[in-house]
Amino acid sequence: MSTPFIRLEGVSKRYGSETDGFLAVQDVTLDISEGELVAIVGPSGCGKSTIMNVVAGLHDATDGTVEIGNLDSPFTPGRDVGMVFQKALLLKWRTVVDNVMLPAEILGLPRKESKERALDLLEMVGIGKFANAYPQQLSGGMQQRAAIARSLVHDPKLILMDEPFGALDALTRERMNLELLRIWKESEKTILFVTHGIQEAVFLGSQVAVMTAGPARMAAHFDINLPEPRTLDVKTTEEFGAYTREIYHLLGLR
Amino acid sequence: MSRTRLIIYGILSHVAFVAVWQLATMLTDLPSYILPSPIETINELFEPSYNWSMHIWATTLEIVGGYVLAVIVGVALAVLFVWAPVVNAGLMPLLVTINMVPKVAMAPLFIVWLGYGLVPNMIIAFTICFFPIVLTTHRGLIEVEPDLISLVKSLKANRWQIFTKIQLPGSLPYLFSGMKVAAVLAVAGAIVGEFIASEKGLGYFLLAQQNALNTSAMMMALLFITLIGIALYGAVVALEWVFITRKGITQ
Repeated sequence: MSTPFIRLEGVSKRYGSETDGFLAVQDVTLDISEGELVAIVGPSGCGKSTIMNVVAGLHDATDGTVEIGNLDSPFTPGRDVGMVFQKALLLKWRTVVDNVMLPAEILGLPRKESKERALDLLEMVGIGKFANAYPQQLSGGMQQRAAIARSLVHDPKLILMDEPFGALDALTRERMNLELLRIWKESEKTILFVTHGIQEAVFLGSQVAVMTAGPARMAAHFDINLPEPRTLDVKTTEEFGAYTREIYHLLGLR
Repeated sequence: MSRTRLIIYGILSHVAFVAVWQLATMLTDLPSYILPSPIETINELFEPSYNWSMHIWATTLEIVGGYVLAVIVGVALAVLFVWAPVVNAGLMPLLVTINMVPKVAMAPLFIVWLGYGLVPNMIIAFTICFFPIVLTTHRGLIEVEPDLISLVKSLKANRWQIFTKIQLPGSLPYLFSGMKVAAVLAVAGAIVGEFIASEKGLGYFLLAQQNALNTSAMMMALLFITLIGIALYGAVVALEWVFITRKGITQ
């Protein structure tokens, strides 16, 4: 097996000073291979988003090492990160396709090619015919599809998703989970997916990292072996139940 | 309610207002120096000695001049505040204090400093309508979703890209709401200036006719002032439609 694409070792992040600062997360160790979809699950305040910001290069870790990329697949900060948040964060004054092109613009990629790519991606996420609409005209689920297309437009190696479906209704969320698995397989990206949905984490992840709050740290780590392809039927299997039960218990819920 | 119905009701209320006004003058025996009829008012248009066009032109120049200046300076200051936090920290509190000074009360000072004529009145219009523009535009520029900033920073966007691609276009709805408030204020500012000292303009004309108790001419002047205000406000709304409303953007 080749070296992991992402290696987090003993990562801690403190905001503020040593004495009266705030320890957002401590001692996180995680290896992620290229092309994997890894879910991080935990309650609010467990430092999930902090991990995300550290991996995105927005904050430096206070302690520990963060290494992204390997010899086979080098990683360029900025160029190789796509992000999706709970809110779609589409710019209201731009059409959907122009929104999708934003990262390409910031990176100064050729306009013609990135527009073609944006249109292809909108097809892939299933909202091709809304390319020239304004985001306000789209439903929450469709806006989030556009946000996913935007995270892919510059063809980054790593996609960071911070509770991307947290604001959607339950049924739309299930549908988006299935869509994400399909998009992940088609795009072959490495995805780090933060959620506080335990079922969502087990359903999506090839690995699940469980984090606890107070102190904010990683409590456990599972490799998820579930029948492929993952369809919603998987959720009613005994293995799925066993994984979720264990995570509930780890988080003190029973 | 459908759009056409809304428009019809809007027109009806205006017509009804004028009709009630006309009826009031016919059914009561109020002298016309107290309440002239709409017809008497309109007839003042044809009095050549009033020189309407000169007064309308003077007032329009003052309003538009002061207003355009306020938009330019207001937006420029708001942008400066965003780029230079030190300037913001120092000037913003001062600006808020000065904003509390009743601008109308400052007008006599401007006359002392600048004499009278078109330019001082422009400055008065400017002073009165510039604050809402700075304050709303500044608010629009700083009100950006923190996650959106994270998203573009993860792409190593520079300050200038964040400003031009996100902050500036994002502040437009705020700018327009400030500009609408300012349009109403600019008209008031120019008229106040003319009240205090001037030799032409609709505010000057109003005072001159007041001395003669020529109420119908005053009414006509008031109508013109209102029409200039409506034209300015309408122009702003039209611009807002092009940039904002058409795209379904809300604040």
